[in-house]
Amino acid sequence: MSESYAEIVSAISETLKAATKGQFAITEDTLLKRDLNLDSLAEMDLLMNLEDRFDVSISLNHLPEIETVRDLAQAIEKIKKGA
Amino acid sequence: MNLFAKFATLAETYRRASGAGHNPFAVAIERVVSPTVSIIEGRPTIMVGTNNYLGLTFDEAAVEAAVAATRAEGTGTTGSRIANGSYGAHRKLEERLAAYLRRKHCMVFSTGYQANLGMIATLAGPQDHIIIDADCHASIYDGCRMGGAKITRFRHNDPDDLDKRLRRLPQDGAGRLIVTEGIYSMLGDKAPLVEFVQVKKAHGAYLMVDEAHSLGVLGEAGRGCAEEAGVEGDVDFVVGTFSKSLGAVGGFAASDHDEFEVLRVACRPYMFTASLPPSIMASVTVALERMEQHPELRVRLMRNAGRLYQGLARAGFALGPQVSPVVAVALGEVETAMRFWNALLQAGVYVNLALPPATPNGRPLLRCSVSAAHESKQIDQVIETFVEVARALDIHEPEARARAV
Repeated sequence: MSESYAEIVSAISETLKAATKGQFAITEDTLLKRDLNLDSLAEMDLLMNLEDRFDVSISLNHLPEIETVRDLAQAIEKIKKGA
Repeated sequence: MNLFAKFATLAETYRRASGAGHNPFAVAIERVVSPTVSIIEGRPTIMVGTNNYLGLTFDEAAVEAAVAATRAEGTGTTGSRIANGSYGAHRKLEERLAAYLRRKHCMVFSTGYQANLGMIATLAGPQDHIIIDADCHASIYDGCRMGGAKITRFRHNDPDDLDKRLRRLPQDGAGRLIVTEGIYSMLGDKAPLVEFVQVKKAHGAYLMVDEAHSLGVLGEAGRGCAEEAGVEGDVDFVVGTFSKSLGAVGGFAASDHDEFEVLRVACRPYMFTASLPPSIMASVTVALERMEQHPELRVRLMRNAGRLYQGLARAGFALGPQVSPVVAVALGEVETAMRFWNALLQAGVYVNLALPPATPNGRPLLRCSVSAAHESKQIDQVIETFVEVARALDIHEPEARARAV
């Protein structure tokens, strides 16, 4: 099963909306930490939920390079292609 | 660029914590009276947040041994074992611990934090995978980062989730190290080690268990969660601390793997830090004997734990899922938890205030740890004080009854 990039972005948005109780509008440019106030634990939980959503392994080592929704979507796309 | 700018949010939280009365992160204990009572702001205070599970900090023989060792060998070793050399007492303590734990090898570290940091960072390098329980202690997370391994979290205490995440890892032939705790420090719940061992075997992984809060607490002989579960033979590495049930400071790692000794020249948090002083090794050696020879301490501890847990549960507080020496009361809001914690302190009860993100599920906790040294009437007074404070602060359902997990 292979989702398009757009589908990955939309799945991330849904997951983020659920995690932040829908209080923010989410775009590809949304900054996870600064715009959504995600703390370190919330970021790790987000990754865990997205691993389940896409049935992939996303190691925590990716986190330092992920600032925006776009960074996250690109990382997942890359992992999915490699898988 | 201001180096402190990144702490703006944290600084604000810290400032607000002080605003609610006493800053929970800056309490001064004026005098320690016993394992269960200290003087804080001139008041005798029942200490229910010490992790002094067996109450051995004032064990007469342990204190005397520490004093004698200081007189005989001095106050400190002034350096690392690799540079300054190992004292006889370092070796003796390692041998004693290995014998107690029924392991071939044991290494002693200067703190429990360093034991986790060192073991994890050294065992799992950049090519390897570490799979950790999401609720693991900060020292475990830090060890993962320090070693540079690829880190995956699995859902707390969930063997199926561990299995799923191991299956998703690339088949790259790299080493796989699973890390869990025995008793979890925040909610006091135990790891399902029997099930974790099955998963570990199915995936050819190694398993490390941090028994920091379960050593001296679980198992007939007090060896911890793995002993109680009957799976010690399948735990590759056991890590623990001297700073809880053994009443001192320091940490250890033990294993049956024949290659273990090489870690003494590979493990940086072991190599590049001052070794434990003679007094600590002496008191820990005696405390270990106490732990071994006095199983009734564990009986008293669990009786006290049950008394506190049942009492608070009956009063309607939301607690962790299992009776254990860690009894955590979950509250809804951080502000409420701070007010509650302050009121308890004013009323002569000291507990740990634990705030998210250091707590599971983003809930603030009033974390109590019970000791074998607590008297029943102290436990009853703690329960009564919790009830009175809840009433005074007007905390009713559903907040007080909200599920802790």
